[in-house]
Amino acid sequence: MTSEVMSKLKKDYVYHLMLKEKREDTRAFDEIRDISIETGLIGNAEGSAKVYWGDTQLIVGVKLQVGEPFPDTPDKGIIITSLELNPIASPDFEAGPPKEDAIEIARVVDRGIRESGAIDLNKLCITEGEEVWTVFIDVNVLNDDGNIMDAASIGAIAALMTTNIPAESEGYGEDMMMPVRDIPVGISLVDISGELMVDPTYNEESVCDTKITVVSNQDGSISAMQKSGTGSLTEEKVLQAVNIARTRASEIREKYLSNI
Amino acid sequence: MNNEPTKFIDENGLRVDGRRTDEIRPMKVDIGVLSRADGSCYLEWGNNKIISAVYGPRELHPRRMQRPDAAVIRYKYNMASFSVEDRQRPGPSRRSSEISKVSSEAFEPVVMTQFYPNTVIDVFSEVLEADAGTRTAAINAATLALIDAGIPLKSLVSACAVGKVDGQLVLDLNKKEDNEGEADLPVAITQDGEITLIQMDGHLTEDEIKQAMELVKNGCQQIQQIQREALLKKFGQYEEADTEIQSVPLTKKSSKQETESVDTESSELISGNILSDESSENREEQETDTLDILEDETEQSEDNEDDSDEEDFFVEIVRNNTEGESDDQ
Repeated sequence: MTSEVMSKLKKDYVYHLMLKEKREDTRAFDEIRDISIETGLIGNAEGSAKVYWGDTQLIVGVKLQVGEPFPDTPDKGIIITSLELNPIASPDFEAGPPKEDAIEIARVVDRGIRESGAIDLNKLCITEGEEVWTVFIDVNVLNDDGNIMDAASIGAIAALMTTNIPAESEGYGEDMMMPVRDIPVGISLVDISGELMVDPTYNEESVCDTKITVVSNQDGSISAMQKSGTGSLTEEKVLQAVNIARTRASEIREKYLSNI
Repeated sequence: MNNEPTKFIDENGLRVDGRRTDEIRPMKVDIGVLSRADGSCYLEWGNNKIISAVYGPRELHPRRMQRPDAAVIRYKYNMASFSVEDRQRPGPSRRSSEISKVSSEAFEPVVMTQFYPNTVIDVFSEVLEADAGTRTAAINAATLALIDAGIPLKSLVSACAVGKVDGQLVLDLNKKEDNEGEADLPVAITQDGEITLIQMDGHLTEDEIKQAMELVKNGCQQIQQIQREALLKKFGQYEEADTEIQSVPLTKKSSKQETESVDTESSELISGNILSDESSENREEQETDTLDILEDETEQSEDNEDDSDEEDFFVEIVRNNTEGESDDQ
């Protein structure tokens, strides 16, 4: 009840700002917040990245284990992405197994990496049909100020790019770096009363009806898309979203990921 | 794995990581790192990386868990799946449940829960990287997060472990010492030296426990010093501002108390509290004093000059606000 009232008030606030072509943090509609990525900070993880996306904070850890391949892909490694919306990150989150929202974000991040072919899964095969590397990508959200999706997506690829496969200590020959071939970057936009805003803050996210996430690759192709929320989008808006997302993604790739 | 006999302390009395036996690992503290939480703290201790957040006091659901006379402290210790060498399955384990329980009990004696009946104070400690001694590190971080959240504590809680390797007691075990050592004894202590958490596993004689307690007290004091410094760095600037703010509500309150009966009652309460040890004679004297002061203030405020000014000021703010709003639309 309280949160519903608050959300009405916030919606009013965000909406009125929008009419004046403003946002609560003075950004332009197609502008993303400042990002900072720190890699290799968790010594116990084979790869890790901490992402500050505006006030949103999360850590991605990559762990590797040797396991059995799926029967239908005996020569391919396995990627498992999971995301926890820790109660540490927001008063709205509760402890317990991941719920719909968390699962959705994890699956979109996973699709971005999987479908773009960012990881050469064939190189993760040790013995066909018997042993392959299983890559666990775990996203741990620490502070939710909106757009966890994009922060998780950039964090996951940054962590993977710095992942060292510990083959030697497991007795499988020489260590190697994770075979990363592409850099998928997810960009989310929200539709607030017919206006698209990129990289929503917590307030913007909580008042919007519709959100769309577009994951694009180095060559500009799209590897994943997801619409979430109760509202709808016109075709024009979808195309506009794809266009903005591709531009922003290539900027982010250039600015924050090329030097990792 | 290796054939050399494990030696934890070399001939110079230094440990595997170069520390003396009574030395703690370097600690780094950062208060107020999460914007959504009411209070938060990031703490690095050796290779331990912990982030603690406090939410509340807030409504507690389900209701049957509420306490009508105090807040409930709910402490959740959780390890990130990538915090340890072999990936940890996400979610609570038997170990983390136990640690959550004893840690929450470590704070129970110091948090002034009586001010917040029917509520819950949620403390979440997330281990991002584990390097032995995570429960003590989490407690140290949680103390600072509680203070950052503005929750009144009777004392800081500082925690540290002591253990035994090579038959010798050592402070603040590292990972190797923890895994292969002979004993581990984590302790949390308040500023008055009250022990709010103590656990032990391994093998120690009674004498060794005595020595261990001495050693660990010393370690906790070092940590308390680090906690104090971190708090001063974060909140030291507010010292002066506080006193200024306090004087305002006092005068306002007295100006509102117009009938004498209310005055007497409240002054009795005030003097009763302060002078509980003194004789009734003294108390009466004091009471009249207090009364005088209050009356003086009432007289002063009767001409109401200040108040009306203030009211005008408020009206102006309100007016400005509405103007601003109409501009908006």
